Amino acid sequence: MSNFFSKAEVTSSGRPVLPRNEVECHLLSAVDLEPEDHRHFSLLKSGLLILTTHRLIWLPSSSASTPTSASAIPLAAISHIFSSKKSLKSVFHSPRIRFQVLVSSDGRVFDPGSGSGSSSGSGSRSVVVTAVIRGKGDCDGFLVKFWDSWRARAWETTEISGSGSASASGSGAATGTGGGLYSSDGSVRMVGVAGILRKEQEMWESTDKSLQDAFQDLNALMSKAKEMVMLAEKMRQKLLFGTSSQTSGTNDEDMGSKEEMQDWLLSVGIISPVTKESAGALYHQQLSRQLADFVRIPLERAGGMINLIDAYCLFNRARGTELISPDDMLQACSLWEKFDVPVMLRKFDSGVMVIQNKSHSDEEVFARIKSLVTKPEALRTGISPTDAAMTLGIAPAMAKEHLLTAESKGLLCRDISPDGFRFYINLFPEIDPCNMYFVKDNGICSTWIKAVSTTG
Amino acid sequence: MQKLGDFKLPHFFNYPPYFTLQPVRETREKQIQLWKELILDYCRTQKIFVIRLEEEFPLFSNSVIERTLSHEAREAFLSALVAEGRAEWLDKGRRNCLILWHRIQEWADIIVNFVKDNGFEDSVMTVEEIRSGIESRGTELQGIDRTILVRALKLLEHKGKLAIFKGTSTDDEGVKFSV
Repeated sequence: MSNFFSKAEVTSSGRPVLPRNEVECHLLSAVDLEPEDHRHFSLLKSGLLILTTHRLIWLPSSSASTPTSASAIPLAAISHIFSSKKSLKSVFHSPRIRFQVLVSSDGRVFDPGSGSGSSSGSGSRSVVVTAVIRGKGDCDGFLVKFWDSWRARAWETTEISGSGSASASGSGAATGTGGGLYSSDGSVRMVGVAGILRKEQEMWESTDKSLQDAFQDLNALMSKAKEMVMLAEKMRQKLLFGTSSQTSGTNDEDMGSKEEMQDWLLSVGIISPVTKESAGALYHQQLSRQLADFVRIPLERAGGMINLIDAYCLFNRARGTELISPDDMLQACSLWEKFDVPVMLRKFDSGVMVIQNKSHSDEEVFARIKSLVTKPEALRTGISPTDAAMTLGIAPAMAKEHLLTAESKGLLCRDISPDGFRFYINLFPEIDPCNMYFVKDNGICSTWIKAVSTTG
Repeated sequence: MQKLGDFKLPHFFNYPPYFTLQPVRETREKQIQLWKELILDYCRTQKIFVIRLEEEFPLFSNSVIERTLSHEAREAFLSALVAEGRAEWLDKGRRNCLILWHRIQEWADIIVNFVKDNGFEDSVMTVEEIRSGIESRGTELQGIDRTILVRALKLLEHKGKLAIFKGTSTDDEGVKFSV
């Protein structure tokens, strides 16, 4: 059974061992390998099919009942790949990939690497193998890669570079036109169809080689980048631990170099770890002060409270270039607590964040809302966020936040109806459940009753 | 002051927020209290024993201010009554609610007084007679919900004050008092 295929070496964790130039190209799971007849090998069921530049490797799934070892078919042994027929039947079946494999005289897969099957190996016998893909993998993609890898003949490049003998490149060239391809001294003759195919092959090879070279550079770049990242991490750690272990007798020079390092890290794009705990990098400090200065005027215009998002847009527009990120904005605002600036960041229950004057007092706003909501008109029909916005001179979104806060303090009640979302002065505290019909003189209820009854 | 039939409504019945379930805890608790009292009062005076949530209930709408209690609000207020023992859900889907503006024990006491007042101490009556007979006219027992009545009678049976037995026809249960 398993004598038919070449043996594939596997690591202790079940991954195939790939020699230096071999690269994995594609993977399909739950694949059966079926022979056209059972003379050569019996069905290999439900394994992992891995396509590399050099081989097709079949790994048994760990749940297989009979232990079968990993098997491989060198791409060099494949003489033909059948194109997939799309028929009505194929819609209902699992997709299949069929290919023809050369068999050498000892009944095993033709293995160009080993000594078995000499140059007379091509064209002796072949067997059709069907790979049935029962898993959910990308079958068409696999087939395309299969064709590409097979045509690319990566094994030949290495073999040609390794040894120069004609027998080493004993691959069954697609049509097997016999021995006329190689002249007696081992060089390749460019004759006929074979010649054209050979030219194409050589083009593939050179492209492949240049790609490999390019990737070498990329690999080198990646390893350098890794070093850079490690270096940056080291710096970061030093900064972090350097700060925490600082004694009170640190001299200025130390502080200066530390700040320099932070700035340098920032310019590379690494946020200084120190900002979270202490006064933060110089950049954010400056930004924070600048922002506090800038935001003064918009705040006045907006009536003492401005949405954080609006402030962000205004600030960036004013800056023109050197725009700041939302993160920078947030950091700058959070630093205000540490300085003596007249502004502060505030987060409402609803999640809305605003910048407001420190002198802003909620009490004052509530007093204004209360006087608004006890006017006769407001007693009758309540107020909407827009009404509040107009009276208070602030944006409707801000006004709504204020109204909601006033509601949570028990000053207002909400009224939801097809007319919309409105607020009324809260009458409930004054009503006694044990004495529901009693109305206190000069209380808010009696004021309300009077206002409501004027409409009749 | 507004009226619903001959029932006098309190002034806050025209206060629109009264018909919106309030989110703030303290406000909501007050709102629930007021609705509980109002429902019990209304049912007591109108002799309503069952409230069906999916049907129109005059108390739950106010056409003057054009507000109606949402289903969620109705369920919240009735559930509060149930929690207090002054109502019971008749079905799992919480669509029908039995209102106990008198608790079962109170009804039991009323029955005992009724029996004593009319000298029925050792007599036999049908359940139907208790609720619609001549003697019950003008008393609280007149038109009482049958479910409630039977529950009160069972309570009294448990205390040994009477015995319930099946009559000649299926819906003609009888009661023998031994008050």
